[in-house]
Amino acid sequence: MSETTTASTASQPSQEFEKVLTGSATQVASFDTHDKTAIQKFQHFLHGSPSAVPLIVLVLSVAIFGIILGGKFFSAFTMTLILQQVAIVGIVGAAQTLVILTAGIDLSVGAIMVLSSVVMGQFTFRYGLPPVVSVACGLACGALCGYINGLLVARMKLPPFIVTLGMWQIILASNFLYSANETIRSQDLAAQAPLLQFFGNNIKLGGAVFTYGVIAMVLLVGVLWYVLNHTAWGRHVYAVGDDPDAAELAGVNVKRMLVSVYTLSGLICALAGWALIGRIGSVSPTAGQFANIESITAVVIGGLSLFGGRGSILGMIFGALIVGVFSLGLRLIGTDPQWTYLLIGVLIISAVAIDQWIRKVAG
Amino acid sequence: MALEPILTARGLVKRYGRVTALDNADFDLYPGEILAVIGDNGAGKSSMIKAISGAITPDEGEIRLEGQPVSFRSPIDAQKAGIETVYQNLALSPALSIADNMFLGRELRKPGIMGDVFRKLDRTAMEKFARDKLSELGLMTIQNINQAVETLSGGQRQGVAVARAAAFGSKVIILDEPTAALGVKESRRVLELILDVRRRGIPIVLISHNMPHVFEVADRIHIHRLGRRLTVINPKDYSMSDAVAFMTGAKLPAEAIAA
Repeated sequence: MSETTTASTASQPSQEFEKVLTGSATQVASFDTHDKTAIQKFQHFLHGSPSAVPLIVLVLSVAIFGIILGGKFFSAFTMTLILQQVAIVGIVGAAQTLVILTAGIDLSVGAIMVLSSVVMGQFTFRYGLPPVVSVACGLACGALCGYINGLLVARMKLPPFIVTLGMWQIILASNFLYSANETIRSQDLAAQAPLLQFFGNNIKLGGAVFTYGVIAMVLLVGVLWYVLNHTAWGRHVYAVGDDPDAAELAGVNVKRMLVSVYTLSGLICALAGWALIGRIGSVSPTAGQFANIESITAVVIGGLSLFGGRGSILGMIFGALIVGVFSLGLRLIGTDPQWTYLLIGVLIISAVAIDQWIRKVAG
Repeated sequence: MALEPILTARGLVKRYGRVTALDNADFDLYPGEILAVIGDNGAGKSSMIKAISGAITPDEGEIRLEGQPVSFRSPIDAQKAGIETVYQNLALSPALSIADNMFLGRELRKPGIMGDVFRKLDRTAMEKFARDKLSELGLMTIQNINQAVETLSGGQRQGVAVARAAAFGSKVIILDEPTAALGVKESRRVLELILDVRRRGIPIVLISHNMPHVFEVADRIHIHRLGRRLTVINPKDYSMSDAVAFMTGAKLPAEAIAA
């Protein structure tokens, strides 16, 4: 099909050595798929499906804990308990995933989450606003914090690490100053503003308990998976993280993309703040202290590259679940909780080492 | 050749600190022609091309497209105006697929509710289009249109970038060193593609250091020296060594502006 150009219109080879091209071989390079060891095939498979590694680790860890602990671990109740414990990290991790895919990092996710939850609580109890309005204000507050992050990263060209390190402190301090370190009790919430505890409600199916927070996490990850893979905006998130200069030259508005990613990330953190109220029952300005580190852990174990542009949001959720399975499994076995942290540390380093190995396929 | 140039630039100036990359540079491109731009390293070829393609904004000077003054603030503006550029660094996203790369920034959405409300991409249509364009180019030995660009060889990546420009450029196509990374056979294919694009009536700006390629396909040759246009020559009237002499300053052209 390439030989459609006729002799009269095609360029005439200007140099002697090119004349032999007419007799050149027409066979095309083929991708060798035969002479590969099982390990190489596996490596290619992993390269093509970035969330496979954490999924395999997750399945293995569930199986191992199941064998050790038997029915105590392998029950619908325990399994769904893990989901409940992971819900907040999963939602915050979704926000973190978006930012890390653009080759950024967001250290302020936890702070935005807590401030948003405090806004939802205080607006209801201090100003007497209807809970619906307070929730909307809380979500807007989260989006605004993210928007500021985005502006500083995209317009001022400051490194995301520095911007969000600063914003983390600023937002957390604002949170304590505004809330006067006051916790709103669970009973008050239940009596006057049950909407704030919405994500604490649950559906029971036999022994399985699904809180609305868990359902929200699953829906959110599903929607973001669709958006990242099947919309132009999603492909642009990857392109911006991969090579911002190339994306700009190809016609992507990189600045606008970054602002929109950080804003959406802030909004998702606010949603996590709402879900956090449902999870702990009360509105506490000291809750969720480690959400930023936990979300980064989930993303890294989930096989996403901190250099941006690579990985799947499904990996993040598997990463969060792996941490959840280890925490609960080891607690049920009765070991010192420090073993959990030690193993998670090992997992983080292994995940990045495996990521480097997989990438040699492309090199 | 029509008398009115499709794309002109007058008195372009671009300074980077104390370096003057463009010093009152002029530029003319006529409809349906292949204009080669040659010059030594550091002569300001790239700066001029970037000014025309929107990648940089000149400090002074005026650019006109079809007689209308234009001012491109970004490559997107230039693309919208119908000027498509293949950059030397190709501007591809390594982790994205070939089809995704070809449509980066102008994706097709599914018709109906899936596209309008759910913004779903029309992968099938995009893949078919990408496959057709690559086949037209004949440069590809690609089995899977969904493979990531980083798994392609340098020549194949070049092919994807050239195919993208050829597919979307409606008024002007600018190629910066399109054959630099290619083998003999692949270079020939790209030259054929260039002539094919001209046959469709779209003018091309070709920046190249490869004199045989330039003299083979160009209708006119713009010689850039010390930040400005030295002269424009007709390749039929001059030899390659004349062109090299002009661009290195070994010889001065007899007339101010030829052709």
